[in-house]
Amino acid sequence: MGSRASSLLREEEIEEIKKETGFSHSQITRLYSRFTSLDKGENGTLCREDFQRIPELAINPLGDRIINAFFPESEDQVNFRGFMRTLAHFRPIEDSDKSKDPLVPEPLNSRNNKLLFAFRLYDLDKDDKISREELLQVLRMMVGVNISEEQLGSIADRTIQEADQNGDLTISFTEFQKVLEKVDVEQKMSIRFLH
Amino acid sequence: MPSARLCLPAATALLLLCALRALLASNGTSVLTELLEEAGISPLHQLTGIGSHPELQATSHPAEIQSAEDETGAQGHGIAGFEMVKWQWVHVQGPYLIAVWILVASLAKILFHLSSKVTTVVPESCLLIFLGLGLGGIVLAAAKKPEYQLDPDTFFLFLLPPIVLDSGYFMPSRLFFDNFGAILMYAVIGTLWNSFTTGTALWAVKLAGLMDPKVEADLLDFLLFGSLISAVDPVAVIAVFEEVHVNETLFIIVFGESLLNDAVTVVLYKVFNSFAGIGSENIQALDYVKGVGSIFVVSLGGTAVGIVFAFVLALISRFTKRVRIIEPLFVFLIVYLAHLTAEMVSLSSILAVTFCGLCCKKYVEANISQKSRTTVKYTMKTLASSSETIIFMLLGISAVDTSKWTWDTGLVLFTLLFTFAFRAIGVILQSWILNHFRLVPLDRIDQVVMTYGGLRGAVAFALVILLNEQTIKAKDYFVATTITVIFFTVIIQGLTIKPLVKWLKVKRSDHHKPTLNEELHERAFDHILAAVEDIVGHHGYHYWRDKWEHFDKKYLSQLLMRKSAYRIKDDIWDVYQKLNVRDAISFADQGGHMSSGKFTFASMPSRTSFSETSVTNLLRESGSAVCLDLQVIDTVRSGRDREDTVMHHVLRENLYKPRRRYQGNYSRHFIAQGEQERQEREVFQRNMRSRLESFKSTKHNVYSSKIKCRHKKEHKCQKRRNAEGTNGQVPNDKLQRNVSWHDTVPVFVEADSEDEEKDTATKVKEQEDDEGITFMARAANENLQERKFSGNFEYPQSPRIIPPSPTSAEKELPWKGDQGDLPACVSSETNKIVPIDLQYAWKQSTSSLESLVSPPGSDAVFQPRTSNFMLEERTSSAALPVPRHPIHFQFPCTAGEKSTDEDTMELIEQQELQPLMSAEGDSPSVGLVSTRWPAPFHRPSYVSALRSLVTSTQYNIKQPEKSGNIQTNL
Repeated sequence: MGSRASSLLREEEIEEIKKETGFSHSQITRLYSRFTSLDKGENGTLCREDFQRIPELAINPLGDRIINAFFPESEDQVNFRGFMRTLAHFRPIEDSDKSKDPLVPEPLNSRNNKLLFAFRLYDLDKDDKISREELLQVLRMMVGVNISEEQLGSIADRTIQEADQNGDLTISFTEFQKVLEKVDVEQKMSIRFLH
Repeated sequence: MPSARLCLPAATALLLLCALRALLASNGTSVLTELLEEAGISPLHQLTGIGSHPELQATSHPAEIQSAEDETGAQGHGIAGFEMVKWQWVHVQGPYLIAVWILVASLAKILFHLSSKVTTVVPESCLLIFLGLGLGGIVLAAAKKPEYQLDPDTFFLFLLPPIVLDSGYFMPSRLFFDNFGAILMYAVIGTLWNSFTTGTALWAVKLAGLMDPKVEADLLDFLLFGSLISAVDPVAVIAVFEEVHVNETLFIIVFGESLLNDAVTVVLYKVFNSFAGIGSENIQALDYVKGVGSIFVVSLGGTAVGIVFAFVLALISRFTKRVRIIEPLFVFLIVYLAHLTAEMVSLSSILAVTFCGLCCKKYVEANISQKSRTTVKYTMKTLASSSETIIFMLLGISAVDTSKWTWDTGLVLFTLLFTFAFRAIGVILQSWILNHFRLVPLDRIDQVVMTYGGLRGAVAFALVILLNEQTIKAKDYFVATTITVIFFTVIIQGLTIKPLVKWLKVKRSDHHKPTLNEELHERAFDHILAAVEDIVGHHGYHYWRDKWEHFDKKYLSQLLMRKSAYRIKDDIWDVYQKLNVRDAISFADQGGHMSSGKFTFASMPSRTSFSETSVTNLLRESGSAVCLDLQVIDTVRSGRDREDTVMHHVLRENLYKPRRRYQGNYSRHFIAQGEQERQEREVFQRNMRSRLESFKSTKHNVYSSKIKCRHKKEHKCQKRRNAEGTNGQVPNDKLQRNVSWHDTVPVFVEADSEDEEKDTATKVKEQEDDEGITFMARAANENLQERKFSGNFEYPQSPRIIPPSPTSAEKELPWKGDQGDLPACVSSETNKIVPIDLQYAWKQSTSSLESLVSPPGSDAVFQPRTSNFMLEERTSSAALPVPRHPIHFQFPCTAGEKSTDEDTMELIEQQELQPLMSAEGDSPSVGLVSTRWPAPFHRPSYVSALRSLVTSTQYNIKQPEKSGNIQTNL
């Protein structure tokens, strides 16, 4: 399977992806085979339905949000590069990633990019702020029916209060970073991709 | 316990005796003196004679006491006939000595902590060992015979379980399972590696002739020794590491290893021990297979025993709601039974207890009451702490016993070298393998700390003492070596690990408190990672964790948690509550002067009602410390947190005061409250007031308690309705929706509808009734004098008081200024309820109330109140400008408080009126509510009580009660 997948993927394409995302060659081919198996339309791109067909994703409270994160703005298709670019956020940070000179843009799996990914899950209207309503929506998804609206509301208020520094009752990305600065995001937003 | 010749109790007894004798001599009470002569003199003689004829005393002592007793009996009959006082040392000897030992150890702890410098440098375990050495020396010198050694049976049956339970129960389970692979590897492979390499290497040294030839041991003996010496000891590790504060991952790996390796150690020990018993030449191949198999049987079996008992415990705790008082007992009993069961069938008891504690915690904590939680926590910590203390002290004392020792420098040195070296090699090798799989690799520094943290302890000692001298001829050598290794690791490594950690700049654990954001976002991260793993199609850790959580939520929690607990179980909500409690504490610490605006006290009511404190408890208890238990603050780090204890006391001392001060600070809780939260706040205030009640006698207090009373009534009704609703299978949220805006307690309903409440409903309610009634009677008189004040409530009914003079109200309001917002808030809330009830009342033309109540003009109702309220607000905010503003900011009624312009006023009114208007229009919903008044409400006694109240207290009967009457009339 892997060899068939890699044969469909051109070497130079792999190289480019490697450069962009930091995945290894074998990881790319492995993920490409996954990509093609998800791609029921066999047109080299994935649509939302392809993702929604994954059974576990359907029961994931944030499933839809995460699926959305794979799609660039106002697009319904994602190609393999886009797919890899999103997944690259979850690559663990390795030593080689750290020793970059400041001129080179941060790798996709940097702490900031990981945080940004999470931030965008909340920020539906893309105004770079998490409003109370947006927070409440995510909360509603994540906690069960056991928690009443009132309680959710107070949690949301409290959360915003905690993070809000400039008093605009929203959470900006800077505030988001600040409030999570003690969290080991590098670890908690990484998964181990098989080699 | 062995016979008594310990200096300390002896000295105590001596002192006591001397004092008694002196006293008796002066009094000349012949009977008593004689008695003492007969009974007491022999031990006295003996004690004083220790120096001169120790040998003789040592041997003759029990007999002597015995004969003395006999004599006493005989002579007592002959001379005195009846003995008032009898010397019965033998009778109490065992427990007495144990108690004295514990006391000595605890006193020693006090001494150690007198100087904070010493304890920051020297770990407590070291100090205790030194103390033990000292005491052992004294005992040895006094009795010329070592006493009070660490007895393996005592150790395994009594001293070890509390420590293991403590570590298992307070183990951060998420962290533990996150690192489970690594822990398991170090525990199993690491221990096997250490045992075999150390054993064989020592054997090789022996063959090389570097050891005293008197050490008679073959390969099997050395392997046996290797197995017992190589295991990292949980007691020692906890004792040292909890003071070092390395980062969580490192801690959990070392600590988890020390707990889990028990199975391997015990199995290896048993296998080699029986092999040594059989003799190496008689061992067959099958025995080896059995040996290997037993590792799995013992470890998995122990784990299974633990899990089964955890399940039983969780299930039992689900049904303890009526016997709250013995909840902690269940926890300890069942865990102990797990330990004994595992021990009985020779499975790993440490694993059983660890997993029992680990698995049951979530469910037990959810089921048992807040107080039981605290009790469990502190009892566990106390037991573990004293066990630990005793273990280390006894270790010290045991070391003095040179009769069991045979020192061989070669053996000791090589053992030290090998245990350390092979642990280092093992750690490096395993880390190298693990780093291929770990997300966050274990770096060099981690590995150094892990190597260095491999402390040996009492388990090894107990095991080596258990060796059979007949089969293991080198036992004495092994004992000496084990003691040396333990002392070396605990003392030398324990002393140096702190500087080492500092020097290596090991990532320390930052002890920051969890924030809601962290909890929330980390939860989101978990979901994200699970989703990404699904997308990638790689079923990794997150996948399985997700699956497990799903399973747990769907089946296990439902089965093991009581319904009320299950419904409110949510991590985010938990953290939210914890944060609020924390705020309350910091609030208390600051003496009620909150500087930060982050005080969302609003949730307190839901928290109090959430905590499985039964309503009965809430009512019976005046101490609020119960509700604001500190436990929640503490992160799950195991160990006897001194900080924690300190905080607990701070809390206990401080919580009482703010409770009184709160009148002035109610407004603090208004911050950050949305429209939806009013009800919650209302409940909170009611709770607070109900506690205030007993302390108050001033006008203000009457007022507030009056209100409380009224709320209580209403709450009662609500509860009734609620109980009915749930009984009748009416969905709770539907009910809530229907009543939410014209009833102040829906949140409480939601939170409060614990099944237990339902069960105890009648009882509790009766109690409530009593309270309410008594109280009302008291309140009534004063209230009549408080015209202006009650005008607040009155004006809807009697137009002449409209508008109530704000200035006069202000004059009369004792809380004007500092405490202004309490009544303000209360009135705003109550008025919101009042009209509906009133309207209803009017419609029903309740005869008893007719003269008092006039139908409210919907607009007129609010106008004056609002203005009044606003005036109060203004004065109060003028008096205390800083904290008030943010606090009121989000309170809907007060949104415009600082602005006097008409628009805002109208806006406020609109806000206030909105629900009301719709209420009036929405008659079906009112009807719906009323139909839900449960049958029990018609209880004649209740009704009559209400009626009598109504007639006697005139218009002071407040609307909720009226509504009660109305309902009963329906």
